[in-house]
Amino acid sequence: MNKILIVAEHHDGKLNPATARCVSCAQRIGGDIEVLVLAATPDAVAQAAAALDGVTRVRSVAHPANVHALAAVLAPQVVAAAAGFTHVLAPSTTFGKDLMPRVAALLGVAQVSDLMQVEDAQRFVRPIYAGNALITVQAPGGQTVVATVRTASWPEARAGATPAPIENLVLEVALPTHTRFVALESGKSDRPDLQSASRVVSGGRALGSAENFKLIYALADTLGAAVGASRAAVDAGYVPSDMQVGQTGKIIAPALYLAIGISGAIQHLTGIKDAGTIVAINKDAEAPIFEIADFGLVGDLFKLVPELQQALG
Amino acid sequence: MKILVGYKRVVDYNVRIQVKPDGSGVISDGVKLSPNPFDEIALEEALRLREHGVASEVVIVGIGPADLQAHLRNGLAMGANRAIHVSTSDVVQPLSAARVLLKLVEKEQPGLVILGKQAIDDDSNQTGQMLAALWGRPQATFASKLGIADGKATVVREVDAGLETLEVDLPAVVTTDLRLNEPRFIKLPDIMKAKSKPIEVIELAALGIVSGDHLRTTHYAPPPRRGKGVMVKDVAELVAALKTRGLV
Repeated sequence: MNKILIVAEHHDGKLNPATARCVSCAQRIGGDIEVLVLAATPDAVAQAAAALDGVTRVRSVAHPANVHALAAVLAPQVVAAAAGFTHVLAPSTTFGKDLMPRVAALLGVAQVSDLMQVEDAQRFVRPIYAGNALITVQAPGGQTVVATVRTASWPEARAGATPAPIENLVLEVALPTHTRFVALESGKSDRPDLQSASRVVSGGRALGSAENFKLIYALADTLGAAVGASRAAVDAGYVPSDMQVGQTGKIIAPALYLAIGISGAIQHLTGIKDAGTIVAINKDAEAPIFEIADFGLVGDLFKLVPELQQALG
Repeated sequence: MKILVGYKRVVDYNVRIQVKPDGSGVISDGVKLSPNPFDEIALEEALRLREHGVASEVVIVGIGPADLQAHLRNGLAMGANRAIHVSTSDVVQPLSAARVLLKLVEKEQPGLVILGKQAIDDDSNQTGQMLAALWGRPQATFASKLGIADGKATVVREVDAGLETLEVDLPAVVTTDLRLNEPRFIKLPDIMKAKSKPIEVIELAALGIVSGDHLRTTHYAPPPRRGKGVMVKDVAELVAALKTRGLV
């Protein structure tokens, strides 16, 4: 019988929806599904995790050292909590990508990155080469399977009928002090979160300036959408790095994705190909973005975007 | 301070890789190979630290077959002092790569290890974190800014929520994100100079690394293709199409 431990991702006392996507993945593997909450004050997060359908138990660890998610501090706790589990999962977000290889190495096992599909409890599909190939990998038997879950491949688990029990856990683990949190600079925004939004509007290099990006924000606000960007737009300094969509940025799967002035490098396309409907607006009719767009419109974005906003407003 | 830099050779980022029709692998014959872009950023950062007097020596490490030496010469031409070639014809997965790097860390005693956050071939994003774990040292992944002072590194990290700053005691492992720096171009005289720089060759087996705990790849497949969409002539037609799908 599989016993699956999911490491909860949370921020400001809220459970990140990426955790609920890991629960869906765990349900596909099958077995007991427990969620590990490591926090300074874990109660609210633990309750949110306990409410998810499919979760059999939540293990809640309150420790002041867990006030910030430092991989070096969390990893030994995950390893201690993982005893007896067959699988340890976390979302393939910057949180999970930072933490889980450290967990895997402490356990002396390989890690499956960006788990997209479950073949059986040991065999999984994951992308390589910016998603241009999908490989089936077999984890060695008799070892804990450590994986990060590609969130765009899995739906969020819904709320269950009755909440799972929450067990407070005290881990006797020495925690390092060599890594210290200093600050988090976060662009506070009332817009939906890029990684979980059902609609996303992204802008590319063709916007030409940070100032012009307000066209993208305005359209996004009309749609109630999150805002993303291509690497070129981030590199040019039009928008902050946390808005980058693509191979090395965020991999997203909104119901509707609008790519505005984005040519569509393969590294960008890999971040959006699970989107429900892709719309591209670009002045270059030959831009590769049109190869994967469901609806393409060739023309000047500075004319078309305000027009579109007005039509939708 | 000595800096150890991982310098992997990968399929060039402009190549759109094709899966073999029988699913046994990807077509690699005649495909252009280049240094992993994140590793070039790692090397650039190490060179800048040396130029600013923070580091005294930059050592690059490559793991791969005999013909990896030409690739390592690139890194030497960019400015590394010397190279270590861990020679093997096996494909080395992240856990083994981390074990190799740990052996070299024990031998070289660097104050800092800088690796790319991921290699753009297997996209694993694991080796730096694994090395830090095995070494029992701090990690600062996805770095977009790095400062070194008083035996500590202050690192700005690109995380989903924004930019996070960490302070870590040295020695430590830093992995690079895209915006840490822009790597320099290699100049012709540097290519000549690089020819006389040393490359130490170490057989993988001589490091005592046993790789029995690997993921076994059983099948390769091309990704599902999205159906070809339609071109609309104007905004009105686009909005009508989105309404038909119930999206707006």
